[in-house]
Amino acid sequence: MNFTGEQIERYSRHIILQDVGAQGQKKIMEGKVLIIGAGGLGAPAALYLAAAGVGTIGLVDGDQVDLTNLQRQVIHFTPDVGKPKVASAKEKIEQMNPDVQVVTYEEMATASNISGIIRDYDFIIDGTDNFPAKFLINDACVFGRKPFSHGGILRFDGQTMTYLPGEVCYRCVFKGSPPKNAVPACSQAGVLGAVAGMLGTIQAAEALKYFVGKGELLTNRLLVFNALKMNFRTVNIKRNKSCPVCGEKPTIVELFDEEQPVCDLRKEKE
Amino acid sequence: MKVKVNGNDQALDKSEVSVAELLAINSVEMPDMVSVQLNGEFVKKENYVNTYLNEADEIDFLYFMGGGRRSA
Repeated sequence: MNFTGEQIERYSRHIILQDVGAQGQKKIMEGKVLIIGAGGLGAPAALYLAAAGVGTIGLVDGDQVDLTNLQRQVIHFTPDVGKPKVASAKEKIEQMNPDVQVVTYEEMATASNISGIIRDYDFIIDGTDNFPAKFLINDACVFGRKPFSHGGILRFDGQTMTYLPGEVCYRCVFKGSPPKNAVPACSQAGVLGAVAGMLGTIQAAEALKYFVGKGELLTNRLLVFNALKMNFRTVNIKRNKSCPVCGEKPTIVELFDEEQPVCDLRKEKE
Repeated sequence: MKVKVNGNDQALDKSEVSVAELLAINSVEMPDMVSVQLNGEFVKKENYVNTYLNEADEIDFLYFMGGGRRSA
């Protein structure tokens, strides 16, 4: 791949970075990233990956843009309310950077479609908002040997780790979905919009580092941060022998769908 | 006894403290929402009650975090 004059200019701040350079930028432009969930985490991740010139960005989301999304899902604008999220995100990416090819999947990731979707991608970003989807992505990536970035947020807290085949997976840390009665009620949840931005941006940086091949990924460690105290910490993690999907005696040998309790603030208030 | 919880020193006035008690001391309201790592090894939930801490142990409480769109 040869850069055009315009590309050399557009990506000049990457190219002059010693650890990226023309070679690294070329790898980014050949990269294919799948973002599952075009919401709080997926929106900032998609924007930075698009700006960086990632060759192909896949977007998976079956939802439409809602007014309550706009507080943090920065790829969607007020006139987009009611539009499919993947269509809204695709429009912004194409306006921002015509070098990027956007592929949209207007559906939720499920046990029956996820393997076929992730197959075409080099790196997957988990930008979903519920545990069943997070475990499904983990299991599909473990089975399909695909690197992925896990991200979770709650109120002012965030956590993220980067899975590489053969290394610590999400189920090594969290075996399975917590009991439904243990999950905080919606009215106690909520999230500071900027926290989603911080985390999605870290996930994008991990994807770019993966392509460039420099530095250390958040592999075998979990980054946790609290934005109220602005405290960041990484916890080292070893592979868990009793992990249900990648341990010595795995009990999960195929993908499955779990039910997710539906939670809607407007309904709760009634 | 002194232990390290989430990277911070914590003094415990009892000499026998289980993981379950440490969770209570730290006001972890929903232990089901936490994974516990003791000196780099995960403690199974069923062993919280009978796993006791030793001087200078390092414990991490890792919280379940979903997304922010609806519930977590």
